[in-house]
Amino acid sequence: MILSELLAWFGDSAHWTGPAGVPIRVLEHLYYTVITVLLASVIAVPLGLVIGHTGRGGIVLVGAANAMRALPTLGLVTFLFLLVPNPRASTIIALVVLAVPPILAGAYAGVQSVERDVVDAARGMGMTPWQELFQVELPGSLPLLLGGVRNAVLQVVATTAVAAYVGLGGLGRLLLDGLRVVDYAQMLAAALLTALLAVLLDLVLGRVQRLVVPTGLRLSAGAAARRN
Amino acid sequence: MFGEIGFYLSSPSNREKVAGLLGEHVYLAIVPVLAGIMIAVPLGSAARSRRVVRNAVQGAANVLYTVPSLALFVAMPGILGTGILDPLNVVVALTVYTAALLIRPVMDALDAVPAHVVAAATAMGYRPARRFAAVELPLAVPVLIAGVRVATVSNISLVSVGALIGVGGLGQLFTEGFQTRYEAPILIGIVLTLVLALIVDVLLLVVRRGLTPWTRLGVGAVS
Repeated sequence: MILSELLAWFGDSAHWTGPAGVPIRVLEHLYYTVITVLLASVIAVPLGLVIGHTGRGGIVLVGAANAMRALPTLGLVTFLFLLVPNPRASTIIALVVLAVPPILAGAYAGVQSVERDVVDAARGMGMTPWQELFQVELPGSLPLLLGGVRNAVLQVVATTAVAAYVGLGGLGRLLLDGLRVVDYAQMLAAALLTALLAVLLDLVLGRVQRLVVPTGLRLSAGAAARRN
Repeated sequence: MFGEIGFYLSSPSNREKVAGLLGEHVYLAIVPVLAGIMIAVPLGSAARSRRVVRNAVQGAANVLYTVPSLALFVAMPGILGTGILDPLNVVVALTVYTAALLIRPVMDALDAVPAHVVAAATAMGYRPARRFAAVELPLAVPVLIAGVRVATVSNISLVSVGALIGVGGLGQLFTEGFQTRYEAPILIGIVLTLVLALIVDVLLLVVRRGLTPWTRLGVGAVS
């Protein structure tokens, strides 16, 4: 039975040690996820905040983010692999490209979700545009911004698995190695671990999303999270 | 680069192959959308009235939607008993995604049907089943179609991942391009995927227009 084969696979200590062992593969997967989401945040958060603050370019941004959803991840990964000489760099670029739109959309929607009255009040109190951005709009936009980061993390975890096809490590490597030797137990184990990783990361980020909300916004943030 | 695309497509056998893969891609992406709607509408309408059931269904849908595509594709043979290279794996996995994504719009849209409209339909003698089909469901169409658009576009993009397990429509152009170190098929695959997503999206807008004739009445015409 598949279930007993799966348990036997997890029970075999050989699968837990060495450079191709489960812990290393999980860490590789996490490493690519964290690195690319950080890089994407550095690009997307300031851009999203500025676009949200000025209100200029919002329509273009939403349209572009929607169009990006249709971009096939495997196509992007293989195309960049042929275009960029360094395979590791090419994969990281692909993952960043895919992580930017959800974060951008989250940051933009976050700033837009801050009530106009609050921003007007801040301006009336004599805040400069920068103070307005950092002390009012940024804290207010955190729930939706982190919602965008959550979406980006899921996208990157999924795409990192796919990117193993062009030679990257991570859990996708485990899965594709299993496919090559038709070891379904290993494929299923890798799939389970990938799914588990995604669900756990999403759970953790969901918690963080609730923690970073400024106390004064707890109520409205709850409503925003439900809308999301 | 574009010259290479022209060169690749100048071969009749390549053109035939691309057309075949495109057809397969449409099939693999659209069948799950239809199946997902057939699952999400009854499930959503049945689950929405009881709070506990509603939260359980929504929670399960959220977790399923979190599972990465490659993992779900590979899990299917273990659950369904299919072969690893069976197209059914991709179809069922994408159906799961579509249904998981549509559950919330279905419940929200049905919730948003004004109570007085439902009451009026009841008073006119509509029995629950007919009232659902003739009054509640049509009013839910705009929100439902918004969800269907997201699900369809993401399905069209996700089908290609199936190429890693042998069934991926246009995704097979990506694996071919990678194995032969040749950009042309990859670019053709990307462009056709984007164009396909755009065409289907426009078609869905046309469907929405057709299904909601009342939204075309101007505000002035109503008064």
